[in-house]
Amino acid sequence: MKEYRTISKIAGPLVFVEKTEPVGYNELVNIALWDGTIKRGQVLDTSDSLVVVQVFETTAGIGKDSGVRFLGETIKMPVGKEMLGRILSGGGKPIDGGPEIVPEKRLDITGAAINPYARASPEEFIQTGISTIDGTNTLVRGQKLPIFSGAGLPHNNIALQIARQSKVLGSKESFAVVFAAMGITKEEANHFMQDFERTGALERAVVFLNLADDPAVERIITPRLALTTAEYLAFDLDMHVLVILTDMTNYCEALRQIGAAREEVPGRRGYPGYMYTDLAGIYERAGIIKGKKGSITQFPILTMPGDDITHPIPDLTGYITEGQIVVSRELHRKGIYPPINVLPSLSRLMNLGIGKEHTREDHKKVSDQLYAAYAEGNDLRGLVAIVGKDALSERDRMFLEFADLFENRFVRQGYDEDRTIFETLDGGWNLLATLPVEQLVRIDRDLINKYHPKFRQGAKAQE
Amino acid sequence: MEVTEKKEKGQEGVLKRIAGPVVTAVNIDAHMYDVVKVGHEELMGEVIKIQGDETIIQVYEDTSGIRPGEPVTNTGLSLAVELGPGLLTSIYDGIQRPLSVLVDKMGDFIQRGVSAPGLDHQKKWEFRPLVKEGDKVSPGMVIGEVQETNIVHRILVPPKVQGGVVKSIKRGSFTIEEVVCTLDSGTELTMMQKWPVRVPRPVTEKMNPTIPLITGQRILDGLFPIAKGGTAAIPGPFGSGKTVTQQQLAKWSDAEIVVYIGCGERGNEMTEVLTEFPELEDPKSGKPLMERTVLIANTSNMPVAAREASVYTGITIAEYFRDMGYDVSLMADSTSRWAEAMREISSRLEEMPGEEGYPAYLAARLSEFYERAGLVRTLSGKNGSVSVIGAVSPPGGDFSEPVTQNTLRIVKVFWALDAKLSQRRHFPAINWLNSYSLYLDSLHDWYDKEVSPEWNVLRSWAMEVLQKEAELQEIVQLVGSDALPEAEQLTIEIARMIREIFLQQNAYDAVDTFCDMSKQYDMMKAIKGYADLAYAAQTAGVSPAQIITIKSKNDLPQIKFIKDYKPELERIQKSMDSEINTLRSTA
Repeated sequence: MKEYRTISKIAGPLVFVEKTEPVGYNELVNIALWDGTIKRGQVLDTSDSLVVVQVFETTAGIGKDSGVRFLGETIKMPVGKEMLGRILSGGGKPIDGGPEIVPEKRLDITGAAINPYARASPEEFIQTGISTIDGTNTLVRGQKLPIFSGAGLPHNNIALQIARQSKVLGSKESFAVVFAAMGITKEEANHFMQDFERTGALERAVVFLNLADDPAVERIITPRLALTTAEYLAFDLDMHVLVILTDMTNYCEALRQIGAAREEVPGRRGYPGYMYTDLAGIYERAGIIKGKKGSITQFPILTMPGDDITHPIPDLTGYITEGQIVVSRELHRKGIYPPINVLPSLSRLMNLGIGKEHTREDHKKVSDQLYAAYAEGNDLRGLVAIVGKDALSERDRMFLEFADLFENRFVRQGYDEDRTIFETLDGGWNLLATLPVEQLVRIDRDLINKYHPKFRQGAKAQE
Repeated sequence: MEVTEKKEKGQEGVLKRIAGPVVTAVNIDAHMYDVVKVGHEELMGEVIKIQGDETIIQVYEDTSGIRPGEPVTNTGLSLAVELGPGLLTSIYDGIQRPLSVLVDKMGDFIQRGVSAPGLDHQKKWEFRPLVKEGDKVSPGMVIGEVQETNIVHRILVPPKVQGGVVKSIKRGSFTIEEVVCTLDSGTELTMMQKWPVRVPRPVTEKMNPTIPLITGQRILDGLFPIAKGGTAAIPGPFGSGKTVTQQQLAKWSDAEIVVYIGCGERGNEMTEVLTEFPELEDPKSGKPLMERTVLIANTSNMPVAAREASVYTGITIAEYFRDMGYDVSLMADSTSRWAEAMREISSRLEEMPGEEGYPAYLAARLSEFYERAGLVRTLSGKNGSVSVIGAVSPPGGDFSEPVTQNTLRIVKVFWALDAKLSQRRHFPAINWLNSYSLYLDSLHDWYDKEVSPEWNVLRSWAMEVLQKEAELQEIVQLVGSDALPEAEQLTIEIARMIREIFLQQNAYDAVDTFCDMSKQYDMMKAIKGYADLAYAAQTAGVSPAQIITIKSKNDLPQIKFIKDYKPELERIQKSMDSEINTLRSTA
């Protein structure tokens, strides 16, 4: 393999190499420094006169005297059964002191798109034990459901609680977890690792760590390595895989950094115009394939800059993922855990995974009614601030109180509290029972007679 | 191959530069929008710019590993779709490759370098001629038909071929490649024709639409109708229900053919469509909805250039069915992803960007696309229509962004989705104050004749009440609802009924998912009936609190979920009558 010493320009993470033989687009590159260190990169632009290489690590130490080798293939990830329980760097190298991964396969990390025709419809209910998710924003296997959070909010604990408690009703098998950290602090990473160890989840996990002081550009490949591993576990080894990607905001920052270094025309707020397509290439790698046993469920976590849900990162994410779980600073300040605000939260695949066959027949209607009542009560809070409680009608006061009850009983729960879906739904009914029956316009009479605590007790008394 | 003129074929050039989906070739004498084969793997691409010796090509497949120096071959043809029996029930990617065939050829994941024709060339179809020897035929005329599903597929003389007198015509079972008809001019006709996707198919005349596209969605048919052959846009932030609305339209609109383009959207959503449509029944024919549907699925992670093409592929197929004399409705979800694909390609071309990085030709492309909709007289003199409904996904839900704004300048109907409404689970989350339809006047007569002469009046009344409510709500926000005059307290209640009973509609309820015009009329009339009683009682001295809390009114929302609602509705109306009368007699 030929080594070139024809670097003509180095700018940020980009290295420009001249006078090469034909080099393939996206090809992997090794750059050898004077002291023998090897840095890795990838071809971003190739022509007969100039090749642009994006280096995954810092370009510190690269100079015109560095040697460049083109490896003639795109980036591949070695995968094997022994990956479970391992901790790897953001670039895919073992950092737990263990041996190198013995590859059973080497897979392209870009990953091909699943043919929509080959996909199976996700419909298996995952019980996370968290009422605001199970009850009102239900997760199903094969879904991608991000957590939209803000700096300083307990999104990590929510993600951990989900990873720990998630199960499919009537099935004993637990999820394998693929965890990819991008630019999070060592402390945060330790928090995750300790929890994985405490609960024994580490044995069924593959961890990729790109920490805050690791090269930013490496973050571009970290989620792809993680998802390639997840695809192998799911579609080759028939496992159900939960992928946690945190923090996608850092990923997007890295994307912007490269765009800027390439002097591209920027889109909104300086992020590259292709960010939607790029993010889709990550998020769309979730799902179920017809005839295969495994599945990939994704939990990307992102912190919204300035808690702004219209910022390009949460915005583009929301257009790709199947809903979002929004963590609220207001609820957090009230001391409520998990501070999930159900109003802007959404699970698009909820209707596929609930109802008689999956959870319970009243699920959809209870959820709708809870939403409507909470939304109404929440609106009234604004009004109370202006006109005072006394100016409210009696009906309004009931809804106002409902909103408080909802937050304190339904939203609030313990970090280790694992509620079954039936506890969640019954809890919902107990709250609804504080409202007059005729206000429950979203629920049919039959269901009210069957599940409403008032009538249920009546029915029991008759028995 | 009748339409795309063959230029010099087999020219080979050499790749010079590869940067993502845009590549540069030299030594190739191509024309704009020629289809080329790129590299040893023969990836499909299209010429989008010519500059000196350099030809710039957008590639429909992933270009990883392709090197400078690899060959580029010009086919000399434009990007065209195959049109003929076999289109219905098909699921294509953006460049009309059937996804089911791709699964067979390359497995569950989309690999590159595989070509697949849009139609099955082996399958035989039963061809029934409708003209006989000696008949004179011209472009666009029907020469025969094929029973494709429950839809009759009419076989047309392709536009732009030379017409003439039928010399021979066959009856029987043929593939789409076999000649079924020969003309004295020497023209040989098969059941298949090709058409370049970027060129609108010709028509005799465009007409103004006068018939609504009935969708079974109350807020659409009732308040903001779209005409057959009209254009509508549904902009909304994520999570506001664009896709559900689009799918409801695809399911229930009374078009004869539906073309659904999933342009840069979610894979799992397309799967939902794919599993649901074959099971759902067309309310008119009782046959599976899939039998009248063509799906195009180019999900967000499939190649971006194919996403750009998907919209053209879809509208060309829609026009083809229109030329047979059908009413076609086309849903594009989402046109913003299409615009973003244009932006991505444009920025790789290093073109001077317009607003927010979109190319300066964004507005022109959007209007060209929507202008392909319309009610037309076809070349054969029949009437046919293409209605286009485009979803728009404005970043941050901000309607002032370029795609939404440029779309609104063209379309006649605007269904504004509202995140606030969806958060409180008011579905469809279409804001009744911001939305509009410019077809109200031209559809006025139809509603008069087909629904009831009262309908247009009822509609205006409902809109007035909703408008009034918005004003009153502002006051309520300041002083509380008790401070309102009595009559206006009633108005607020009546507006709430219009919202909760009429406007809210449950897409997941077996009955409520589709509501025909006569039920819509009955429902609105029932609400108006209550309103009349209520105001009269209030004038007679009954307190609003009593009028609002009458018991029988609580049953009114339930009629949404009842199929044979009439007896129940009558019962409710009667008891509302008597309850209010009792109140009046005691007042």
